[in-house]
Amino acid sequence: MSDTQTMTMLEAINHTLHREMARDERVVVFGEDVGHNGGVFRATEGLYASFGEHRVVDTPLAEGVIAGAAVGLAAAGMVPVPEIQFLGFSYQAFHQVAGQIARLRYRSQGRFEAPITLRSPFGGGVRTPELHSDSLEAQLANIPGLKIVLPASAADAKGLLATSIRDPDPVMFLEPLRGYRAIRDEVPLGEHLVPFGQARRVTDGDDVVVFAWSYMVDVCRRAAEEVAAEGIGVRVIDLRTLVPLDLEAIVQGVEDCGRAVVVQEAVETNGFASEIIALINDHALWSLEAPVARVSGYDAPYPVGQLEDRYVPDQGRIAAAIRATVASP
Amino acid sequence: MAEPTTSGGPGADQLRQMMREMIAARVFSDRAFNLQRQGRAGTNAPVDGNEAVIVGTSHALDPTKDWVLPQYRELVGLQRFGDEVIDRYTLYVMGHPGGGHLPEPIRVWPPQISLAAQIPHAVGLAWGMKLRGEDGVAVVFFGDGASSEGDFYEAGNFAGVLDAPVILLCVNNGWAISTPTSRQTAATSFADKAMAFGFPGVQVDGTDAVAMHEAVSAARERAVAGDGPTLIEAVTYRLAPHTTADDPTRYVPEDVLAEWRERDPLLTMRRQLEALDLWSDTDHEAAQADADERMELAVQRAEATPTPPDGFFDHVYSEPTARMQRQREGFNEHYGLTGGGAS
Repeated sequence: MSDTQTMTMLEAINHTLHREMARDERVVVFGEDVGHNGGVFRATEGLYASFGEHRVVDTPLAEGVIAGAAVGLAAAGMVPVPEIQFLGFSYQAFHQVAGQIARLRYRSQGRFEAPITLRSPFGGGVRTPELHSDSLEAQLANIPGLKIVLPASAADAKGLLATSIRDPDPVMFLEPLRGYRAIRDEVPLGEHLVPFGQARRVTDGDDVVVFAWSYMVDVCRRAAEEVAAEGIGVRVIDLRTLVPLDLEAIVQGVEDCGRAVVVQEAVETNGFASEIIALINDHALWSLEAPVARVSGYDAPYPVGQLEDRYVPDQGRIAAAIRATVASP
Repeated sequence: MAEPTTSGGPGADQLRQMMREMIAARVFSDRAFNLQRQGRAGTNAPVDGNEAVIVGTSHALDPTKDWVLPQYRELVGLQRFGDEVIDRYTLYVMGHPGGGHLPEPIRVWPPQISLAAQIPHAVGLAWGMKLRGEDGVAVVFFGDGASSEGDFYEAGNFAGVLDAPVILLCVNNGWAISTPTSRQTAATSFADKAMAFGFPGVQVDGTDAVAMHEAVSAARERAVAGDGPTLIEAVTYRLAPHTTADDPTRYVPEDVLAEWRERDPLLTMRRQLEALDLWSDTDHEAAQADADERMELAVQRAEATPTPPDGFFDHVYSEPTARMQRQREGFNEHYGLTGGGAS
């Protein structure tokens, strides 16, 4: 058993960036304020001092060329780890992410690959200005060629980030703003890789299965504890990666529990929860004893600070959905 | 007109080769156009008017060190970077997935349809080459229309900050489909836009391959010396429709087109070579016949290249996801196919 240390998710990300840059000199970190300042959240703290101005690069304020330059850097044989300061700003890079990064391998029929890990924080609850909190994982999961990775624990942030940086395909590595400092757990200090497409069981139970990712996993865990007092056994599954997706864990959960709830922070219409419910329909419909419930954001732009707490699914809304699903005849 | 015998400029053999490649570009492009008319190829963009820009540039580069990132009109003129370029371009216009794969060691990227999107790629590539201590440059082609895209400004700006060994080559051929340059910019020239990036911008006669060679050579020298990027505006005129799907008689003034036809890059080069006694009618006919033969071979090869019906599943990821594998199996089962697999 290797040594562990309690870290926040932010510390785990920073620790992993240091390790991966030390491990592979092709890794280049770049973006707005990532260098001297160490990132607006300090995710890249100390990298500039350790690895220098050629590998830790402050870019002009231009998301399109941050994403686009990653394509060329990759073709030159580097391993780009760009940061988009907030995922909502990636609208200004979307043409490069969807039209270029995702399909470099495909367009060139395997001549070039894009081992790019694009890191970006997202999600609500921290009173940010407009466009800092949008959850865009469903849009990104709709683009063939990208892998979509969303850690929910500090240990996973390390294991999934290391896997992402070493993966030959482009990865959208989405970090929960609210979890940066709120999420703390034991992180292995040595080599720690978490494979893609393997969901994690967070709580045990066989009355109802709850599927979630990123910060919502922690909220679901608290909701599970709340209803446990009422005798409801909840299995919370952290999907970890939406592409590739652990279909077996979804099917197994539904077969074992017969009832399911899917939780997401994003807008309801066409959210990734819809995809999970469709997969349950395809692969586990006859195991269901009740309709699958969905707890989600609403079909409105992510709101300003005074309105955001009730827009994002909270423990109470999730617990209510669990109770209703279990009570459904 | 640049003096073809300037020291450092192309010598007699190279000039003759440039002429041959310009002729070949036109022949290849005409054939691709006709293939579309015959229903054997998809929409494609003729090269007419761009030959001197492409071949003049290509001859100023080192195909073993430098990279070319085309828009979509250039592949027919990049023979110098590899004989196989035309085979791949033919596959490309015929709708075969393999058309996007320019194999090693050809340092040419596949055509780019999203206008200007390749400019950030070129800047990133040049940046990466600099980081790796390579002494080549990246040359990126784009049009007057593409210069209005945000990617041009973002990439030009970043190129300046990085001092990246990149040459931004704006081919001003007068038109972005039906939109004239006067609706594209109020700037006096496209070259002037380099001022905001903090590196030189030069305007070159894009109908003159020798002038192009000289300008690109100078820009390359600057880049390799570590002095940073150059924006080159090559001024020429689109002598053919935008693509096989376009009818330029609706908007291109006939008299202007007629004037530019007098400056057809192929005529300009031919006059230059004839003045130096380096080119004859026989040479011209031979070059045309060689190009016809080469293109015929490319078409034969393309038509003999099998197309796996499930080929769209290939090269999406390094390894297909389990879900894609299920989809592929379902596809092949439904259509009664055995399944191709990555080629």
